[in-house]
Amino acid sequence: MIPAEFDYLAPDSLQEAIQALADGGEDAKLLAGGHSLLPLMKLRLATPALLVDLRKVPGLHGIERENGSWRIGAMTTHSELEHSEQLGVVARAAGTIADPQVRNRGTIGGSLAHGDPASDLPAVMLITEGSVTLQGPGGQRVVAANELFQDYMETAIEPTEVLTEVRFPVLEGWGFGYQKFNRRSEDWAMVAVCAVIQQTGDICEDVRVGLTHMGSVPLRATAVEEALRGQSLNAENIAKAAQEAAQGTSPPADLNASEEYKRHLARVLSRRALEEAAGLS
Amino acid sequence: MSKTVPVRLEVNGVEHQLDVEPRVLLVHALRDRLGLTGTHVGCDTSNCGACTVHLNGRAVKSCTVLAVQADGAAVTTIEGMGNEQQLHPLQEAFWNDHGLQCGYCTPGMIMAAAGLLAENPNPTESEVRHALEGNLCRCTGYHNIVKAVLDAAAVGSGVTAQPEVKA
Amino acid sequence: MSVEPGGEVGGEITKIASEHAAQNGADAAAPSNHVGQAMRRKEDPRLITGRARYVDDITLPGTLWMAFVRSPEANAKIVSIDTSAAQEHPGVHAVFTGPDLTDLAGPLPMAWVPPGIEVNNPEHWPLAREHVRHVGDPVAVVLGVDRYGVVDAAEDVVVEYDALPAVTDPEAALEGPPYVHEQLGTNKVHEWSLPNDRLQAGFDEAEVVIERRVVNHRTAGAPIEPRGVLADYRAGSLTVWSSTQVPHFVRLFLAILLGMSEERVRVIAPEVGGGFGAKLQMTGEEVLAAWCSRKLGQPVKWIETRSENMAVNHQGRDQIAYCRMGAKRDGTITAFHVKIIADLGAYNMLLTPTIPALGAFVMSGVYKIPAVHTDVVGVFTNKCPTDAIRGAGRPEATHMIEVCIDQLAAELDMDLLELRRKNFVPSDAFPAEMATGVIYDSGDYDKSLDKLLEHVDLDAFRREQTELRQQGVYRGIGFSTYTEICGLAPTRVVGPEGFGNQAGFWESALVRVHNTGAVTAYTGASPHGQGHETAFAQIVADKLGVDPSVVEVVHGDTGTGPEGRNTYGSRSLAVGGESLARCAKKVADKARAIVAHQLEAAPEDIELRDGKFSVRGSPDRGMTLAEVAGAAYLNQVPEGMEPGLEETSFWEPENFVFPFGAHACVVDVDAETGKVKVVRYVAVDDCGKAINPMLIEGQVHGGVVHAIGQALYERVHYDESGQLITGTFVDYALPTAAELPSFELDRTETPSPVNSLGVKGVGEAGTIAASAAVTNAVIDAVRPLGVSYMNMPLTPMRVWEAISEAQGRKEGVSA
Repeated sequence: MIPAEFDYLAPDSLQEAIQALADGGEDAKLLAGGHSLLPLMKLRLATPALLVDLRKVPGLHGIERENGSWRIGAMTTHSELEHSEQLGVVARAAGTIADPQVRNRGTIGGSLAHGDPASDLPAVMLITEGSVTLQGPGGQRVVAANELFQDYMETAIEPTEVLTEVRFPVLEGWGFGYQKFNRRSEDWAMVAVCAVIQQTGDICEDVRVGLTHMGSVPLRATAVEEALRGQSLNAENIAKAAQEAAQGTSPPADLNASEEYKRHLARVLSRRALEEAAGLS
Repeated sequence: MSKTVPVRLEVNGVEHQLDVEPRVLLVHALRDRLGLTGTHVGCDTSNCGACTVHLNGRAVKSCTVLAVQADGAAVTTIEGMGNEQQLHPLQEAFWNDHGLQCGYCTPGMIMAAAGLLAENPNPTESEVRHALEGNLCRCTGYHNIVKAVLDAAAVGSGVTAQPEVKA
Repeated sequence: MSVEPGGEVGGEITKIASEHAAQNGADAAAPSNHVGQAMRRKEDPRLITGRARYVDDITLPGTLWMAFVRSPEANAKIVSIDTSAAQEHPGVHAVFTGPDLTDLAGPLPMAWVPPGIEVNNPEHWPLAREHVRHVGDPVAVVLGVDRYGVVDAAEDVVVEYDALPAVTDPEAALEGPPYVHEQLGTNKVHEWSLPNDRLQAGFDEAEVVIERRVVNHRTAGAPIEPRGVLADYRAGSLTVWSSTQVPHFVRLFLAILLGMSEERVRVIAPEVGGGFGAKLQMTGEEVLAAWCSRKLGQPVKWIETRSENMAVNHQGRDQIAYCRMGAKRDGTITAFHVKIIADLGAYNMLLTPTIPALGAFVMSGVYKIPAVHTDVVGVFTNKCPTDAIRGAGRPEATHMIEVCIDQLAAELDMDLLELRRKNFVPSDAFPAEMATGVIYDSGDYDKSLDKLLEHVDLDAFRREQTELRQQGVYRGIGFSTYTEICGLAPTRVVGPEGFGNQAGFWESALVRVHNTGAVTAYTGASPHGQGHETAFAQIVADKLGVDPSVVEVVHGDTGTGPEGRNTYGSRSLAVGGESLARCAKKVADKARAIVAHQLEAAPEDIELRDGKFSVRGSPDRGMTLAEVAGAAYLNQVPEGMEPGLEETSFWEPENFVFPFGAHACVVDVDAETGKVKVVRYVAVDDCGKAINPMLIEGQVHGGVVHAIGQALYERVHYDESGQLITGTFVDYALPTAAELPSFELDRTETPSPVNSLGVKGVGEAGTIAASAAVTNAVIDAVRPLGVSYMNMPLTPMRVWEAISEAQGRKEGVSA
């Protein structure tokens, strides 16, 4: 399978990239690692007229800690995230994406900008309460993760904007859990649940739970969070809270997973992720 | 045809200058333009890994990389790993352990395994299995592939693997 | 050197040849014990270095690329096809549609003409004429200079379809309409039975009867190399490189369909990247590439994409079987009746309707059941055709038998191994005539089960299982004691006068000893990963007293060696290997006569010992094969004997061979999610005498995973409108290394009396055995949760649903 024809630019600066996007109009697309876009193009499900490759643009790469936050360049690969254990749940989730070769090419910026509700990092960004920095013709703006994902593969990013970096607070002292359910380890998540917990003694001070592939966008399981916040972190309370995981979701069904099954998985995986985050498993 | 763009690739240590359409996949540039047909295509969706090569030292699926994205990069293919006179330890181990049957997935398997061993010279069986999750084989059931990678790792770390009766 | 130089020139040649032989080791005395050794493969150096040449690796100057326009509809009339925009594309040379192929001699072949029954066999053309009947049905081809450009042009072929309702459920299809082939007024392809007149008596005797609807879902062969063809018609001759298992069949049919003289057609199977039955076919793509090359006078290449492969390469299984097994309370099985509804897809291909019938011959499994009766109904649906995929009918049969045995054991509350042993064909009964009419050549089923139990401590397992259940871990064990029928085949049984296949199933061999004593062995078998070049070299080497390194095995090319019958049905070794062994023996016999002549001894006193043909009792008096060859090519042979050292053989077995074995699978089921993990797999197989144990293990590993794939992961699925849901490797889930354990294998060796080597086949055995072991293991694991039966594929959702339903039933009862 072969992509349809397109024009290609690999600008040397961010400004040129933004200009190229602006000039290219609606049919222009940014290319980072290409592991979301190129498969669609090969199947001709995407046929952009212009690809603007970010590979030569300086400053889009790397992991830095800055004022209690992680700052991650958009072109940082999943593999680099995976091997940065200090990133906690982000590293863990990145390590489950597809396979090593894909992780060597796929990037955090590309993954978030693609906005696929089945991919691992979007829901994780929700529970880190991070943000993305977007650079456009009119300058820079910051969009919080919970405002980034608008609908199925639709994000708040304007066609002329470049996602340049991802920031999220260092969750010092928070426990985390990541439970991804798929048929084969290289597959997309049928359902995945990420959870972070801040606890004092056995009391849950704060908790955030994210759901992957349970709707057209990644979701926060707020009912679970509310049920557990302030509670004692024991197996019983966690199990009870996890029962709320599917509340308000409308998961997309497919051959291997009905809506009902996915809701069930969300509950089971939420319990397991919370137990993991609370150090109970 | 869209405008071609110049691409400079260092493949198995040799510099090449190509003019390619931007849509040309790296795997096709290697196979059809440079005649390096050891790298194979087995699927359309980045699942099978038969096209795995190293790009600047890291294993990637060359069916999901545009040749232009590899401009200026160093590429290693199966042909760059070793030849019949001087086999790479992984090639030797695949041979000794019957880690291949039809051979179609083999170059990709070897390149993926080499990617693993570069990062983790002494993997466990489970680590080997997970490192190969992006490579499909229909012939071997993976048993002897996993064995070969573990044996090659043992050779690398100075523990000599015992080959079967040799030809 | 014992050969007298035969004159000045000849002497010089002999000298050069023998020096050359010494350098190559061809004259070295080689011990005759290569058979049985785990010799590493002669094939591998080219494969591990990227030097092998598969079809897509072969380029010819001036090659045109061929791309297909395929139907997105499952059932539709073609209203119009507009190729004008495609023709305008730069570099496009031609676009052809169905009506252009007027000069083909006929439609694609179906080679089964069973005596006594009717098979509906509507015409099936390489490009659809007026009607498409499944997604992917080819409508047009585009030919052009550029691999990428033809894909673009194919997108611009505009086809207008008049979509019609599709039928995808074979049981609904039998009720019809809609009809896949309107003119037939039915979707039934055929009905065929392997009857048994004691069936009713058998059920009358039974005290317990179990009935199960056993669904064996549709799967794909999925070789990692998709198919591909390069056709080169030049100066009245056609050369075709095809990724095929059957180059000789392809040559024959290409010659017929293109109206060419057969000697003008050469088909080469170069390196073939896996077959699994999926490349046992005469495909429309092969015909089209050849036809277009002749039409346009240029080489034509088509390389299948994976998406095409998933839509149009013939698929396998897809049988619904209604199974009834009757037994006495003591466990004696009295009758087994199976009615198979086989979904054959939209057309008959080479062997399509025969496949479900192949299982009927081993429907008695390893058990002496007095009455076994199989009925088959073939059905057209708007799906890709089915045909032979690894095992071809026998995995389905084993699955039915072995799952039913476990179900019966549960019904009788009897130990499932005791039930098996009670019904085993006893080891002293071989050759054993079965109620199915076939004669099992050899077997020892208790022995293989005993050996399995040396690896699997069942009592310890049951204790562990109980403990784990208390911790919420649901572990189960499943067994499969199987036999299968392979080594195709005695023509009298399966050929035109018998079962109705329009071919003879011998295999050919040609052994040529060169001047230096090096050997070229031609086989009509055509491998695709099995290791023929190694195993066959081991066989020939031992017959001739040379090292396998100087035996080159040549295969897969109709332009070299004799006519062949190729590779499928685990026949290569038991038929092709035996043919080569017999051929090499002919050469050795001639060598003995020459040696006897040279050394003035009697031929019967010449023995092959330590790599020398020497006089019995005088090991110093002897000649190596190189020396014999020297004499043979100098015509220093006995009076009346032809010079040279080369023989040809055609050999056909008197009977099939019946490999067997005992497999055990251990799984863990996550009862909350339904996810199954295979944690242990132990296989004891008996494929007769081992030629190369390493190759046997490799075949078993791959075969077992093929069936684990089917049992747990893989499924070809069409929705109700006939759209293919599993069209790529994203959705068609081949297991990866990460899903699987390492395997524990062992063997027993019960020689077959059918051939001199004592060998049976092993290419399909693992696949034939394993799906039942996995399924039984999963059922064993979740039985305490109230689940007593499930059909494949045992996907997490299906297992979870079964558990939920059983729990619901329980709660319903307790409430």
